[in-house]
Amino acid sequence: MDALFLARIQFAITIGFHFLFPMMTLGTAGVILISETLHLVKKDDIYLKITDFFARLLGLIFVLGAATGIVMEFSFGTNWSQYSRTVGDIFGPILAAEGVIAFFLESVFIGVLVFGRKKVSPKVYWLAAFLVFVGGHLSAFWIIVANSWMQTPAGYEINAAGKVFLTSFQAAVFNPSTIVRFIHTVLASWITCAILVSGIAGHYVRKGLHGQTARTMLKIGIILFAITPLVQLGAAHAHAIQVINTQPVKAAAMEGHFKTSRGVPLYVIGYVDEDNEKTYGIYVPKLLSFLYNFDFNSEIKGLNDAPKENWPPVNLVFQSYHIMVGLGMIFIALGLLGAWLLWTGKLYTAKWYLFLLPFLIPLPHLAHETGWITAEVGRQPWIIQGLMKTASAASVVVSAGEIAFSLAMFSLVYLLLFVMFVQLFVKLVRQGPAAS
Amino acid sequence: MENIQNFQILWFLLIFILLLGYALLDGFDLGVATLLPCLAVTKEEKDTLIASIGPVWDGNEVWLITGGGALFAAFPHAYATAFSGFYLAMMLVLLALIFRAVSMEFRANDPARAGIWEKALVGGSALAALLFGVALGNVIYGVPLDGKMEYAGSFFTLLRPVPLLFGITGLAAVLLQGASWAVMKTEGKLQERSFKAVRVLMWINFITAGIYFVVLLGIFPRLSGNALMYVAVVFTFAGLIGLFFSLRKKNDAAPFWESSFSFIGLFLASGAAQFPNLITASNDPNLSLTIYNSSTGLYTLQVMAVIAMIGMPIVICYTIFVYRLFKGKTRADDHY
Repeated sequence: MDALFLARIQFAITIGFHFLFPMMTLGTAGVILISETLHLVKKDDIYLKITDFFARLLGLIFVLGAATGIVMEFSFGTNWSQYSRTVGDIFGPILAAEGVIAFFLESVFIGVLVFGRKKVSPKVYWLAAFLVFVGGHLSAFWIIVANSWMQTPAGYEINAAGKVFLTSFQAAVFNPSTIVRFIHTVLASWITCAILVSGIAGHYVRKGLHGQTARTMLKIGIILFAITPLVQLGAAHAHAIQVINTQPVKAAAMEGHFKTSRGVPLYVIGYVDEDNEKTYGIYVPKLLSFLYNFDFNSEIKGLNDAPKENWPPVNLVFQSYHIMVGLGMIFIALGLLGAWLLWTGKLYTAKWYLFLLPFLIPLPHLAHETGWITAEVGRQPWIIQGLMKTASAASVVVSAGEIAFSLAMFSLVYLLLFVMFVQLFVKLVRQGPAAS
Repeated sequence: MENIQNFQILWFLLIFILLLGYALLDGFDLGVATLLPCLAVTKEEKDTLIASIGPVWDGNEVWLITGGGALFAAFPHAYATAFSGFYLAMMLVLLALIFRAVSMEFRANDPARAGIWEKALVGGSALAALLFGVALGNVIYGVPLDGKMEYAGSFFTLLRPVPLLFGITGLAAVLLQGASWAVMKTEGKLQERSFKAVRVLMWINFITAGIYFVVLLGIFPRLSGNALMYVAVVFTFAGLIGLFFSLRKKNDAAPFWESSFSFIGLFLASGAAQFPNLITASNDPNLSLTIYNSSTGLYTLQVMAVIAMIGMPIVICYTIFVYRLFKGKTRADDHY
């Protein structure tokens, strides 16, 4: 196997594994902030227990996120040095800004959140919860900026030597896809946590553990579970339109759409035969065209408009995208069902629903990982859309053997971290909120 | 051009400050963790030492992350050359940092395997502390570079005696940071042992720092005419001599500051030796990566300067605020 291929696999593992943790961090920080605010306002110790419980979980999640995040930052230099040299002008400041503006804030105050309960007043503790929430979201913002710039680059010029120069920081940061992708990703994180909280609390309630604390936790979880996937539907819709407008090849791959045409169908489930340029499956006629601008006959660009060497692996993108969308629809249905049960007062006794909830916990992770695959594989063969190909971005002095070694090392270490994380997470959940 | 040079110099300074901040702050985390088996005997003592760095280590590590980001933003060629060139060494650094980070959390939640996680914590911290010095030693002493700014050595090039000396000097300074932090944060027998460790490490630092300065002057004779070099020597030895007297008075707060002072001196000497180079080419001085041939454009440097000048004072303010929340002696049950 060649060095480029190994480098791509390693990068995919690095990012894909890291991504699991910040996606839990943001939402957990949100639940802590909600619970700690209620604790301050209502002076009810139930909320204190909920906060402390999730602060313990956040401590574990955050450490995994930080430990795997530093690998991500290093890997642009270690494995993608040509990329780093070419776009240091733009990509570098975004990563540096993430450190100065966001990650410091989150990391410094998470110490207070995890270790400071006995040391600080309730108001300072609330402030720490608030700043961890803000810091985490700012951090996500800057990382999304960096990635969005690779999707829809803006605010730059290229000189004769092929080096990219920043001309407008504002235009680079607020490039055409930043805001919609930030909202889409943050909502995905909140959904992840809404389901996590609901799953844990649902298990407690079904087993009759932790009494009112568990029921309050479940109520918070279900309210979030009902709202966030619905809001995501809107955000995802806006994101899809942005992709059709700014990255038509990726959009065409997402739907397995080859010939530019009007009245394009939307596939519910299917398979793309890339060689024969055909897509099979169950579809709703004209729906994609309709969703694009509410006109059943609007034109959608097909893959054939681009030379074949600039296509991503179409079926992989198609399947990833459809898994994500399918899961999103399931979340909407189950979230609304939960809200209905809560509204009618049946939630705490609906054994089958409570039984189902813990099994949902891995699903949002599957959704955001497949969403990430759609976004990143869908952009291939470009590392920066239309500007630089992934094949010319890798380090030139790093050999295939060296990458094979580091890939094996990271695979083993990440496997160990994953097993330990799941084990300890389950243990903390078993101990429950009473353990504080 | 005059204008961009000012910003290139400014960014050399800012990255110097970020790395110094990392060395001083995460230095004591790494030092305490490396010394864990020497200082603590009982489980409670180990808990106390780990709890003394528990709330702050993650914020401290961000100095490195931001330093890396700043290097990427200001001098992407240096970032790309060093990180890809020192590939296997960088992988070891990452491995060390991963294990030191997760092992504290795993140890607290997984008592059955606490011993294994302690070893991972000690090993990870020691390895990281050593490798940072070796890396710095290599870019200052010089590595072979080709005409395209790419590293032309091997993994073993990195392990020459002079870079290893930097590594050992840095490790000794980090251990002193850790031991003097332990003196400040602990009481009783644990503090007694920490005092002893500080005393031993003080003498080791006298020796390693002395050799380090002599070797630096030997490699870079021009430094004998550089005022900053003398300031550096004064900082380091003033710190160590002050430490000598603080130990006699059993002062438990001053040693940490004196150790930091001494560490700043070591860094100043490195900065004086290195400026304006970022990665010195050992085969041909003209191939060196300098702040002038490796930087991003003026506009990027300016934007980043604004962010750093506004952002970093705020960061420092809230970092001090949080350190004050946790000031005083640490107790074993401070974890959760």
